[in-house]
Amino acid sequence: MNVLNFINAFFSDSAHWKGYDGIPTRLWEHILYSLVALGIAAGIGLPVGLLTGHTGRGGNALSLIATAARALPSFGLLVLMFVVLGLGLLPVMIPLVVLAVPPILVTTYEAVRSVDPSPVDAARGMGMHESRILLQVELPVALPLILSGLRSAAIQIVSTATIAAYVSLGGLGRYIVDGLYQRDYEKVVGGATLVAVLALATLGLFWAVGRLAVSPGVRRSN
Amino acid sequence: MAGVALAAAAALLAGCSSSDDTTDPLSEKKPDGGTVVVGSNNFAESILIADIYGEALKAKGIKVSYKLNIGSRETTYGLLKNGSVTVLPEYNGSLLAYLDSKAPQESAEAVNAAVKTKLDSKLTLLDSAPAEDKDSVSLNAETAKKYRLTGESTLEDLKDIAPDLVIGGSPEFQTRQQGLKGLESAYGLKFKSFKALDAGGPLTQAALTKNTVQAADIFTTDPTITKEKFVVLQDPKNLFGFANVTPLVHKSGLSEEGVAALNAVSAKLDTKTLLDMDSQVQLEKKDPLDVAKAWLKSAGLD
Amino acid sequence: MSGFFDIPSDLQHSWLGLIGLHLREALLPVLAGLVLALPIAQLCVRFRWLYPPVLWVTTVLYAIPSLAFFVVLIDYTGQTELTVMIPLAVYSLVILVPAIVDGVRSVPQETLAAATAMGFGPLRRYVQVQLPIAVPAIIAGLRVAVVSSISLVSVGTLIGNQGALGNLLADSMFYHRPELAVNSVVTTAVLAIVIDALLVGLRHLLTPWMEDTAK
Repeated sequence: MNVLNFINAFFSDSAHWKGYDGIPTRLWEHILYSLVALGIAAGIGLPVGLLTGHTGRGGNALSLIATAARALPSFGLLVLMFVVLGLGLLPVMIPLVVLAVPPILVTTYEAVRSVDPSPVDAARGMGMHESRILLQVELPVALPLILSGLRSAAIQIVSTATIAAYVSLGGLGRYIVDGLYQRDYEKVVGGATLVAVLALATLGLFWAVGRLAVSPGVRRSN
Repeated sequence: MAGVALAAAAALLAGCSSSDDTTDPLSEKKPDGGTVVVGSNNFAESILIADIYGEALKAKGIKVSYKLNIGSRETTYGLLKNGSVTVLPEYNGSLLAYLDSKAPQESAEAVNAAVKTKLDSKLTLLDSAPAEDKDSVSLNAETAKKYRLTGESTLEDLKDIAPDLVIGGSPEFQTRQQGLKGLESAYGLKFKSFKALDAGGPLTQAALTKNTVQAADIFTTDPTITKEKFVVLQDPKNLFGFANVTPLVHKSGLSEEGVAALNAVSAKLDTKTLLDMDSQVQLEKKDPLDVAKAWLKSAGLD
Repeated sequence: MSGFFDIPSDLQHSWLGLIGLHLREALLPVLAGLVLALPIAQLCVRFRWLYPPVLWVTTVLYAIPSLAFFVVLIDYTGQTELTVMIPLAVYSLVILVPAIVDGVRSVPQETLAAATAMGFGPLRRYVQVQLPIAVPAIIAGLRVAVVSSISLVSVGTLIGNQGALGNLLADSMFYHRPELAVNSVVTTAVLAIVIDALLVGLRHLLTPWMEDTAK
């Protein structure tokens, strides 16, 4: 068995390119699940991380929560949520969000905590409001590290969203689960390749965002 | 101080390299010659019947080990061929359709004879039980009502409706003759889309109840059919053929005594018994092994 | 017959048996990963040009979903524990190599120079100076690897009940017994937290010169 042959056969079969089970549909579903999960996780992790990082309080509670969340097995949580909540998108979103919140939360906290205190003090001395200090002084300096937290969360989501297929949802995991039961390695390898490519594209995207969004002064000092 | 750290680090390293040996592929556990490996597919009834086979063999003093919940037929057939599984509960017609999608299925005897000619030479089928558990296309109550379909209706009646329906089934249903392929070739049914669920398990039951799918592949011995008022459509062209519970066996692994024990099980296992045991496992939540043992005792096979 | 600790017979293990199996399937790969990561990391420190390509390869490997990895391996190693453990060892390797490289590189040049001046050869310098100083970074990597490994073992249930505590998940669905899924998730999470805490303890033991900065 040759992995490259499988990849070639999978992608050159025109039947794999159209319809509800076609690559464009499955890829889009996968991206959609990943974006929604990342959005929710960032919506929780960023504000909490920024606030706790800024005030410097709650660091211990935060790391406890993060440790507990990291310890929860994604696949187990998925099945548990299906058993409890039934079919739907929610049982898939919960494990993905639980997976993604810790890296976002912890790196954001660390990033804001480790900002050089002298410009912060200077801003405070100039009478800047705390919220402006956070957003205009601390955030730009902390941004590279915050982005790295978002990046590792995004990669883990993209790779883990494959398990959605086990509870009958779509996404690229569909090829992997179907291939397992149909004993069709072409599908398994094709699906895995698509997931890996999507993960690498995510890396590239974050690299590009980092180039654009991080202030040149901060970039130079890193 | 550094000495302590060094010693500890060295101990850590030593510990690592020695425990690494256990991942050696050759140390993998293989059943020894005299042990019969009873396997099962990945659904509750298959596990239950495997337990019945295994305990019946044990009762004759045969050494048994179990390998349950392996996967779909696409996987288990290969494991039987290479001998890592000795006995597996199969369904005769479903197995025939897997081996030869075009083979006609006219009677249970003819099906078994046909299977034996198509099987790998190292494998054979033992006697079939009267107990039958077929795949079926079933509708949820809501859909049946909407299109005025009843238990008398057939798959042919779906012809004009199918394009409006989402059908669900195990991932392998999508590519099997006794699945989407056969529904299209025998009945001309083209559904709106297919949703991959599980082998007649909780996903299928939930999706059909919740109307995520309107039709699904449900096993005819599924206790939820009556519970949820699913409507099982008739299959006049016999696409789903015969599905009598039958042991599939790797010849060299099973003694004549073992063959006799399993044939004795088949002689007594009928559909009503199977349905009753399925309900005990899936609805009353009894352990399949306990249910298997209790039945063998009541049938005088223990 | 459907209590929290009533493990279905088809798993052929008690609850404690499943825990033992789970730990073995999760921890052996991390140890194997560590044994492989140490020399690879050392090569990357020695030959700097090697590090970026190694990072690329490991990133790609890490992006392969575990289930796909398992399924492809079935052809070579069957539906066995080994099929679950090989990908987990690879993932551990991917986490540990950068952790060790960064840890070893963080040793200050002056310290290395001092060791050389004291007549330490490269091997002795590595084992007695660089490695101990890199211990916190290595343990940090081990913590991530162990927790992720313990979580991923569960997926093995899909390839023929090779998921230890994860096998409870499939049974929870077959037999409509939600408490089995709760058992699986809670037990797995507690295992991860306990092993994580043990690693933090180990770090304190190995680096007694460091002040307590545990988080």
